Amino acid sequence: MARPVQYNNTIKFEGIPEGYMGEGFMATSFEKVVGLARKNSIWPLPFATSCCGIEFMATMASHYDLARFGSERVGFSPRQCDLLMVMGTISKKMGPIVKQVYLQMAEPRWVMAVGACASSGGIFDTYSVLQGIDQVVPVDVYVPGCPPRPEAILDGFMKIQELVHNESLRRRHSDRYKDLLAGYGIQ
Amino acid sequence: MSLNNETIQQKLTEKFGDQLTDWGVPYGMLTFTGPKEENLKILQFLFDDETLKFRFLTDLQAVHYPDNKGAELAVVYHLHNLTDNIRLRFKVFTDIKTPDVYSATALYQSANFMERETFDFYGVNFVGHPNLIRVLNVDEMDYFPMRKEFPLEDQTRIDKDDEMFGRGGMQGFGTEKVAGDATIAEDQKTEQERQSEL
Amino acid sequence: MSEHNDHILLPEGSLEKQTTTLNLGPTHPATHGVFQNILELDGERIMKATSTVGYIHRAFEKIAERRPLYQITPLTDRLNYCSSPINNMGWHLTCEKLLGVTTPKRVDYMRIIIMELARISDHLICNSIVGVDSGAYSGFLYLMQFRELIYEIYEEICGSRLTTNIGRIGGFERNFTAVAWEKLDKFLDEKTGYPAQLREFEKLFTRNRIFMERTIGCGPISAERALNYGFTGPNLRAAGVDYDVRVHSPYSSYEDFDFTIPVGKTGDCYDRFLVRNEEMWQSLSIIKQAYAKVKEFKGAESEIYHADVPAYYLPEKKDVYTKMEALIYHFKIIMGEAEMPVGEVYNAVEGANGELGYYLISDGGRTPYRLHFRRPCFIYYQAYPELVQGGMLSDAVITMSSLNLIAGELDA
Repeated sequence: MARPVQYNNTIKFEGIPEGYMGEGFMATSFEKVVGLARKNSIWPLPFATSCCGIEFMATMASHYDLARFGSERVGFSPRQCDLLMVMGTISKKMGPIVKQVYLQMAEPRWVMAVGACASSGGIFDTYSVLQGIDQVVPVDVYVPGCPPRPEAILDGFMKIQELVHNESLRRRHSDRYKDLLAGYGIQ
Repeated sequence: MSLNNETIQQKLTEKFGDQLTDWGVPYGMLTFTGPKEENLKILQFLFDDETLKFRFLTDLQAVHYPDNKGAELAVVYHLHNLTDNIRLRFKVFTDIKTPDVYSATALYQSANFMERETFDFYGVNFVGHPNLIRVLNVDEMDYFPMRKEFPLEDQTRIDKDDEMFGRGGMQGFGTEKVAGDATIAEDQKTEQERQSEL
Repeated sequence: MSEHNDHILLPEGSLEKQTTTLNLGPTHPATHGVFQNILELDGERIMKATSTVGYIHRAFEKIAERRPLYQITPLTDRLNYCSSPINNMGWHLTCEKLLGVTTPKRVDYMRIIIMELARISDHLICNSIVGVDSGAYSGFLYLMQFRELIYEIYEEICGSRLTTNIGRIGGFERNFTAVAWEKLDKFLDEKTGYPAQLREFEKLFTRNRIFMERTIGCGPISAERALNYGFTGPNLRAAGVDYDVRVHSPYSSYEDFDFTIPVGKTGDCYDRFLVRNEEMWQSLSIIKQAYAKVKEFKGAESEIYHADVPAYYLPEKKDVYTKMEALIYHFKIIMGEAEMPVGEVYNAVEGANGELGYYLISDGGRTPYRLHFRRPCFIYYQAYPELVQGGMLSDAVITMSSLNLIAGELDA
C-alpha cells in the first residue's frame, strides 16, 4: 500500500484527473493526460476575413488576452495549428479556400465558427455569401454575435477546450467521424 | 468669370450643342445626359479645357431602368474639379441588348476596376477596356446580379421557409408581383427576358 | 530601404532568367483582409503583380434595394468596420440631404466628436499594423488599450462596440450621458490618456532607424498618378495633394473648427505613416474643440440631441404609448412607409481612407431604387501592382498594410 503524500501537501490541485497518487508520482489514464495537455496549448489559426477579425484582434490584445489560455502563438500555417477559427463572412468565392485550409490541417483539428456570418450567413442572405461554413467544413463550436464580444469569443474558446479535454483518443479513427467527413466530401 | 453650374452648362452646349439633354441641378449637382458614342469626347473635353478642369473621376457606375425600353442601362460618371470644387454628373444611356460603351480607362486609371464592377453587376460591355472580366463575383457566374429581374437571395437554398420572411409563400409563391419589390415576377417577364436569362 | 540601383539584373533572354510565381493568397498572415496577389518574382524582386478581389463580396448594393432607410444603417457599419460611426453618419447625412433635414449645431458637434474618435481608432490600427508588419509588435499592444477606451465610449452611447449602428436621421438616439463624458475625459487626459500614449508610440517609431529604413522609398506614388488612380484620403495627402472633404465641402459644421491637413511629399509608406499620425493629433484637437463647444450649450439647449423631424426620427417610447401622432409616426418609420421624395443625391464624407460617397436614387418607394457606395479602398487598390513593381517582397507586405485596405470596404 502506497504511503499518502507527506511533504508538499499545502498545494491545492485544480482540475486534475482522477488517478492514483503517491509520493512524487501520479498514475492516471493516458487519455486524460493527453486531453489536459492539449487543451491548455491550443494553437489557433485565425482565418479572419471581416469585422469579427477586428474583435479577434481585440481578444488577442492585452485587455482580453487570449494568450492566457495557452494560445500565445497564433500560427498561420495550417500544418502547425490545431484550431481553425473562421471569423467573418465567407463568400462563395472564399468557400473552396476554407476547405483547402481545413484539408491541410493535421488531425486532431477543431473548427470554431466565430460570428453570425460564419455560423449561418448572418445578415447577408444573398447570392454571393455562403450561408454558414458548415456547408463546407464540419464545425465544432459556433459563437453567435455580430460581432461577438471578446468575452463571447473566449467563451467559445473555453468550450473548445472542453471538447479537447474530453475527446477520446480513438475518435478520429472511428466510423462515425469518417462518416461525418464523408458527408463533406473529405476522405 | 467664375466657374459655376451655369457657366459649365454654357461651355458644354457651345461645344456639343443639343447632343446633351436632360439638364438638371438635383441637390446642387449639375446633371446632364449625353449620347453614348460621344462619352469619351465629352470626358476628354471636360479634362482638357483650361477653365473646366474636371480631372478627377469620383465614381462610375450603372443603373438599370427596366421600363425605359431602348435605354435600360444608364452609366453614370461623377466628376470633380478639385481646384474650384465643383462636382458634375454625366449619364449615358444604352440599350440592354447591345450594352457597348466606350471605356474611360485611357483617360482615368481609376475607371479600370469601376468598369469591371459595372460589367460584373450589369453586363455593360466597355469597349477598349484592357481586362474586362468579373471582379467581385465568382468567375463562373453567368448572369448579371444587379439587374432588376434577378432576386437577392440564393435560389438554390432548400432549408429556408420563405413564407416566414414575408416573401413568396402566401403571396403567390413568388409568382405574383409584390408591391414595392423591385424584382420582376415570373408571369410578367416577357419571353425574351426569360430566354436571355438562360 | 529598397535599393533599386545595385541589384544585378540578368540580361534579357539569358537562359538563367526565370521568374517564380508566388501566390500571396487570400489567407496570409500579412494580408489584412482577403486579397489575392499573384506575384512574378525575380529572386526577391517583384516583376509583376496581378490582384484579385471579391473574396468577401456581400452584395451590399443589392441588399440596399430591399431595405428602407433605417435598415441600411447596419449595412453601412460593415463597410469600413474599423471606423463604422463615420460610415453611419455619412449615410444619415445623405438621407438628410435627400429629405431636406437640417440638424442643430449641438448635434453637429456631437457627431464630430464621434466621427473623429472613429478616425483615430482607424488610423491607430493602421499605424500599429504597419509596425507589426515591420516586426514591432509592442506598439500594437499598447495602442489597442486605447481602442478599448474608444469602444467603451461607443458602448455608452449606442450599445455596441464595433459595428455601431449609431445615430438616427437627424441626430442621435439619446443624449450623451455623464458617464460618456467621463470616459471621453479619461481618453483625452494629457498624462494618462491617449495623447501620452501616442507620444510614446511616436517616439518608438518616427525616428527609429530600422523603421525608417524599412518604409522610406517603399511603394511611392507621385501626386499626378495618385489623382489619376482616384486616390483620396491619407494616401493622397501623403503624395502631396491637400484634398480633404471636410475642408472642401464641409458637412456637419466642420467649418466651425480650426484644424490643418497634413500633407506629405513622396507618397511612400513613411509619408503615409506620418500623415496618419499627424491626422490623429489633429483629430484630438478637433475633439477638444468640439467638447468645449458642446459644453457651452446650457439649460434647455443642452438637451437637444436630434433635429425636429418627427416624420423620420423615431419618437420617444413614452410618447408612442400615449400620443396618437407619435404612434402613427413610429409605425410608419418602422414599416418603412415614411414619405421619400423622388430624386438622386450624391453625398461624400471624409472616411478614414478617403472620400466615402453615397449615391442614392430614390423613386418615392419605401426602399432606394439604387444605392451605390463610392468606396475609397476599392478605387485606390488598383494602384497596388504599380506601387510594388520593382520592389522587394517584404516591401510589398508593408505597402499593403500602409495603404490601410479594409476588405469590407473593398468588396462591399
